[in-house]
Amino acid sequence: MSNKDNGSVLVSLINVKKWFPVRQGFLDNLLARGEPEFVRAVDGVSIDIARGEVFGLVGESGSGKTTVGRLALRLLKPTEGQVIFDDIDISTHSTEELRVLRSRMQVIFQDPMASLNPRMSVSDAIAHPLQIHYPEKMKEKDQIVYDVLEDVGLVPPHIFQNKYPHQLSGGQRQRVVIARALVTEPELILADEPIAMADVSVRSLLLDLMNRLKDEHNLTYLFITHDLATAKYICDRIGVMYLGKLVEVGTLRAVYSKPLHPYTQALMAAVPIPDPNRRRSQPLPRGEIPSPINPPSGCRFHPRCPIAQAVCAEEDPEMRELEPGHTVACHFAEQFL
Amino acid sequence: MMTNDILYSIQGLNVEYETRLGAVRAVDNVSFDIQKGEVLGLVGESGCGKSTLGKALLRMIEPPGHITSGKLLFDGLDLMTLSDSRIREYRGSRIGMIFQDPMTSLNPVQSIADHLTEAMLTHGMYSGEEEARKYAEALIDRMGIRPERIDDYPHQLSGGMRQRIMISLALALNADLIIADEATTSLDVIVEAQFLDLLRQLRDEFDLTIVLITHNIGVVAEIADRVAVMYAGRIAELGTVYDVFGEAMHPYSQGLMQSVPNIVLDEGDSLYKMAGEPPNLLQPPSGCRYHPRCPQAIDICSQVTPTFRPGKTGHYVSCWLYEEHPAMKETQTGTIA
Repeated sequence: MSNKDNGSVLVSLINVKKWFPVRQGFLDNLLARGEPEFVRAVDGVSIDIARGEVFGLVGESGSGKTTVGRLALRLLKPTEGQVIFDDIDISTHSTEELRVLRSRMQVIFQDPMASLNPRMSVSDAIAHPLQIHYPEKMKEKDQIVYDVLEDVGLVPPHIFQNKYPHQLSGGQRQRVVIARALVTEPELILADEPIAMADVSVRSLLLDLMNRLKDEHNLTYLFITHDLATAKYICDRIGVMYLGKLVEVGTLRAVYSKPLHPYTQALMAAVPIPDPNRRRSQPLPRGEIPSPINPPSGCRFHPRCPIAQAVCAEEDPEMRELEPGHTVACHFAEQFL
Repeated sequence: MMTNDILYSIQGLNVEYETRLGAVRAVDNVSFDIQKGEVLGLVGESGCGKSTLGKALLRMIEPPGHITSGKLLFDGLDLMTLSDSRIREYRGSRIGMIFQDPMTSLNPVQSIADHLTEAMLTHGMYSGEEEARKYAEALIDRMGIRPERIDDYPHQLSGGMRQRIMISLALALNADLIIADEATTSLDVIVEAQFLDLLRQLRDEFDLTIVLITHNIGVVAEIADRVAVMYAGRIAELGTVYDVFGEAMHPYSQGLMQSVPNIVLDEGDSLYKMAGEPPNLLQPPSGCRYHPRCPQAIDICSQVTPTFRPGKTGHYVSCWLYEEHPAMKETQTGTIA
C-alpha cells in the first residue's frame, strides 16, 4: 500500500537526464561524419514532490524546466534516471501501462486556445477525459460537467456548457482547461506557465482559483514558470534551474529571503519591483544563457558568475544541503548563509 | 534627460477598424503630449488599444483600420498632413519602432551589416558603403554585440541581440523618438533587465525620447518617467511614475497596480481581484467605459463620459470622482436617477 498522507512523496525524479539528438544532415549520417551531438535539455535532476504541495520550477528559456515537467509525467521518456510516481517506477512504462495512471495526472499548458479543440463544446471538452478513463460515468456527464464548471467559477454553468472556445475570453478558456484537468479527480497537476498569457487582472483571479482548487481537491502541483513574482503567490517550494540542472531548491521563504546560488540571486534581482522608488541597483550577470549542446565545463554558471574561482570551471558542484531543506549546487555558497 | 519641451503632441486622436460587425473604435479621442527626453510608459491590458495607438504615432495603421480624426503634431508639424512618401521619411529617421518579435522585423536573408548599411544609405546618412559599415560596427559594439558578428544573419543571434539590432537600426538613422511595443516581452528576465539598462544609457547618450508600450507594469516602474494607463481605447490616467504608482487616482489604475505580483516577501501578499473582463469594443459601455467593473461607480458614470482633466499638476485622470461637473452635483443630491 502506498502512503496517501499529505507530505509523503508523490513524485520522485532520481538523477533524470533527457538528451535530445541534434538532427544532422543526411550526408553526415551516410558518411558517419562527426560525433552525434545532443542537446542536454535535462542533465541529472533529482526532485521529490510531496503530496499536497506546490513545487515551483523556475528558470529562463532553455533551462529545461518544461522538459522536467514532461519527464515527471512521463510524457517524455528519460534518457537516464528514474521517475517514480506513487512508489511505482514509471521510467520505462509503455504507453499502455501509463494510460492506466494517466487519470491520476493531468496537465495545464500556457495557451488554452491550443489546448482546446475549436470544434468541441465546453461540455464535450470537459467530458472527454471521462470518456477515455471512466466511460461508465458518461451517463452522469451533464451533472459532472455542471459541477466542475461551478467549481472553476464559470457560473451559471448552463451559459457556458454549450459554448465553443472562440466564444470565450482567454481567462474563461483557461478555466475550461482547468475544469477538464479536474474531471478525472487527479492527484498531480502539471501546470506549465498556466497564467503566462493572461492579463494582470485575470492572472490574480486564476492564481486564486488554482489555490482554492488545490485545497478543495487535495491536489499536488508541479508549477512551471519563468515569472518569479507570480510563483510567490502559489508555490510552497521552489527549484531553480539553469541550463539543464537544478541549482537551488528550498522553501519559497528560504529561497526568496536568502537565495544561496549566485544565479538565483541574479534572477531575483532582475525581477522589477512594481515601485519606482525601488529600482534595481545590483549589477547583472554578463551575457546570456549559453547553448545546452556544449554547456560550460564544471559549474555551468561559472562564465557568468561574479564569485567564480578556478575550481568552478573544473568541478561540477554537487547539490549540498546548507540549511535544513535548502540545497544549493555552488562551491562557495556558504558565504551567503 | 526629461525636459518640459514637447516633442510630440497628440490631439483628439481616433482610430477605427472596420469589421463585419461594425466599426471598432480602438483609440477613442486620445490627447496627450510626449515630452522631449522622457521615457513614457503606455500600459494596459490586451485589447485596450495601446498597440494601435503606438502604430498611429507613426501613421502605420493598415486597412481595415484608419485614423478617422486627430492631429499628430510631431516637432510642430502635423504628420496627418504629410504625403505617404514624406511620412516614410519620418519613419525610421525621426521615429523608430521596435516590436515584440524582432524576427518579424528583420529580413532573414540579410545580414546585420546589410540591414544597417541599407537603412543608412537609403536615408542618405552616408555616401559610401564602407563608411556606413564602419559606423554600423561601432554601433553594434556600443550595443554590446561583438563587431565581428556584423556579418551574422538574424537567426544566428539570440532574442536579446536581435532586439539590440532593432535599436541600432533606429539609432543609425538618428531617430529622436523610439516606440517600443512590448519590446521586452519575449525576453527572459535577466536579458530584459540588461536591455532596460541599455535603453536607459542610450536615452542619455543619444538624447532619445522613448515610448514604452507594455503590459508589464514592473518594467514601467523600473524605467519610465511618466506613465499613461489605457483602458478600452481611452487614457484613464497619466502622470509621473511616482504619482501613478504611489497615488493612483483612477479606480482602474488602482486595481491594476494592486494586481501586480511583487517578488518581495510579505509585500502585496494578496492580489486585487478585479471583477469582470474588459469590454467588447463593438458595443462599448456608455459613459465611462470602466463603470460596469468599477467598485466606486456612481450614477453619472454610466451616462456621461468623464473628461480627461488635470488633478494636481501634471497628473491627469478621466474619472467622475474627481470632476466638478454640474450634473455630478445633481447626481450626488439624487436628482438624476
